Amino acid sequence: MSGRVAGTFFGSRLFDFLVFAAVFLALWQLAHEWGGDVAMTTPLDTLTFSVRTLFSAEFWPHAYATMRAFFIALILASSAGVLVGAVLGFHRLSGEVSEPILVAVYSIPKVTLYPIILLFFGVGMAAEVAFGALHGIIPIILFTMNAVRNIKPVYIKTARVLQLEPWTLLRTVLLPATLPEVFTGLRVGFSLTLIGTLLSEMFGSRSGIGFQLMNAIGLHNMDIIMSLTFLLVAFAGTANALMLLVDHRLHRRV
Amino acid sequence: MKRATKLRILVLVGGVALVELLCRVGVIGAFTMIPPSQMATSLWRLIVTGQVHNDMVRTLTAVVIALGSSVLVGAAAGSAIHALPRVRRTVDPLLAAYYSVPVFVFYPMFIVMFGLNDIPKIVIGFLYAVAAMTINTLNGLDRVAPVYRKTSRVFRMGPAATAFKVVLPCAAPYLFTGIKLAVAYSFIGVVGSEFILSTGGLGYKIGWAYNDFNNQTMYGLILFILGITMLVNMSLHAWEKVLLARRGLQ
Amino acid sequence: MSDGHVVLKGVTRTFARSGQQPLHALGPVDLSLRAGEFFAVVGPSGCGKSTLLDVIAGLSAASEGEVRINGVPVHGAVPEGVGVVFQDDASFPWLTVYDNIAFGLRRRGTSAAETQERVAHALALMGLSDFATAYPAQLSGGMRQRVCIARTLVLEPKLILLDEPFGALDQQTRLLMGDELLNLWRQTGATVLLITHALDEAAMLSDRVGVMSSRPGRFLEIVETNWPSDRDSTIVSSDGFGRITSRLWSLLRGESLKAMQIEKRAK
Repeated sequence: MSGRVAGTFFGSRLFDFLVFAAVFLALWQLAHEWGGDVAMTTPLDTLTFSVRTLFSAEFWPHAYATMRAFFIALILASSAGVLVGAVLGFHRLSGEVSEPILVAVYSIPKVTLYPIILLFFGVGMAAEVAFGALHGIIPIILFTMNAVRNIKPVYIKTARVLQLEPWTLLRTVLLPATLPEVFTGLRVGFSLTLIGTLLSEMFGSRSGIGFQLMNAIGLHNMDIIMSLTFLLVAFAGTANALMLLVDHRLHRRV
Repeated sequence: MKRATKLRILVLVGGVALVELLCRVGVIGAFTMIPPSQMATSLWRLIVTGQVHNDMVRTLTAVVIALGSSVLVGAAAGSAIHALPRVRRTVDPLLAAYYSVPVFVFYPMFIVMFGLNDIPKIVIGFLYAVAAMTINTLNGLDRVAPVYRKTSRVFRMGPAATAFKVVLPCAAPYLFTGIKLAVAYSFIGVVGSEFILSTGGLGYKIGWAYNDFNNQTMYGLILFILGITMLVNMSLHAWEKVLLARRGLQ
Repeated sequence: MSDGHVVLKGVTRTFARSGQQPLHALGPVDLSLRAGEFFAVVGPSGCGKSTLLDVIAGLSAASEGEVRINGVPVHGAVPEGVGVVFQDDASFPWLTVYDNIAFGLRRRGTSAAETQERVAHALALMGLSDFATAYPAQLSGGMRQRVCIARTLVLEPKLILLDEPFGALDQQTRLLMGDELLNLWRQTGATVLLITHALDEAAMLSDRVGVMSSRPGRFLEIVETNWPSDRDSTIVSSDGFGRITSRLWSLLRGESLKAMQIEKRAK
């Protein structure tokens, strides 16, 4: 490599990321050396086991159960969240009254509410969906509410001068103006809904990845625990990374 | 008192009253939920008879340790990352994606590393809270405008004086936001671990009461956790508002 | 020339840039400021005026040449007796107006009694006595700049550097602040270097005006105003004023056009 190309590589983000990944894997391997197979599996073993899991027959019904509950919860949380958030954003008084309540609910350990949900919905997918949606809906409401509140008055004034009809106003002014922040809320809501769904499966369920995890924890089967965790992190991390890219794009436009 | 505050109190009192009514009338069955008034008396009884004293101490101790360590480590990590732009570039997207990882799943690993005691759940609380503290420390340090550092050089201040007399007070409101979030996340991590992984403490007791069909105890304890976390969080939130208002930031 | 209060000889400042040619921001600059004079610097945007101030103050080290204040070299550290007022609001938002102004005195270990006396004097001078316990967030932009100026002056620096201190203020406030600045200058007898993009401000306030070229900034010409030392803002109506401002503009016009070209090419 010529000097200048080498210079740009060593200064580049790719290099930084590779260094970080190498350090991370090294620490992981070291932790394994220290704790043994009982504490955690090596990076290589985790990867092989994960691949094996993906090809195994038992995995997919559980994955399907989790994904089904997760996506239904996500759709519920997103649609209801954006709607409620928009209403609270436009109607100042309602927003002002609700915000502290929402912030308070955001900060409590919602896991403690899970038994209540179980008592109301019974054990099963309904409770999982409700719990997952509960986790995700609050940040979506808060972010949407903020986005609507922060619409610059000058946009509305301009739209009135141009005499836009309500639908056109919504489509060409309000939606683009609020989109970046609403999307950030959806991104946060995505992660939290996933965690909520998993948590609900871990406590009171007979299927799903959360259930598999609890089983493995009980049997102390590190292989399964590590590979399931790895797959979950890979899924959540990739989804989040993609959404971050969109997030950055949207925010740069504004 | 502002109009919104009055309305809010009305809404909350009305909501509780409605639930009370629905429970008493039987629309909400006793097996599903007990009336709020009974929740309160149950909690009172639990406290007075000292039944939950040990669990309360255990949970709150774990929360305090998780909180203290996450604030210190988070502030230190945030300061270090802020001073190293290349590290920050690499770490930023990971911090943004941090909360997509279900930290609870690492619990068995911690049992093996630290034993079957309270340390694993403290570590989980720590892991939840430390990211929020780090992110907010970074945010706070970002907000220290370059002109303040230039001013400290005009006053011929050394690095330590600059850090403690200028940078720290300047970033303080944002650090406080980090602490506020760390409190919430420490509770969530500790109580969540207790509940799901049955490790003693209040969270565990709630799960136990649920499995035992003991609604009285269960709702009493839920009320306690909700009460404590909301009280602490709202006080910190109010304090934060005062700090920000003084700076003209709100 | 070499026994001026502030002397610059062959000063340049270049900034290294990764993967690109280094940026030649300033110089070479030769300058000698007499003790107690009021010197203004004008020039097109991006010409290096702020860099010049940073180098003189010791906030930035010259890449070539030397800076001497009272014969002592300045290189990358701020010497004693130098006060700087920046364009951005530098008042500490976590301190009251009083504590802001007292900040430098307390760092020096000045006694509480003397601190109180000098801060009270500075508050009165800047018209801030009623706001001693207020926080900067509660004040207007102009008042915050007054806090910054008071905080600088209370330390009685022999050299005061101001980087477009009134840039964020409206015209009327600027003119009044200019009067105040002249008063303070006369009272303290300090040497003042004022950077401004407002030609009328430079012409009105200073003994000499240095006109900088576009980047890299060098002095094209130093215009003498020959004003009496007891001047104030009413001087704008004198004949000399119009002549000076038109001389400044004729020097600057070409350079400003050049600066715009440089910026366009950089995009």
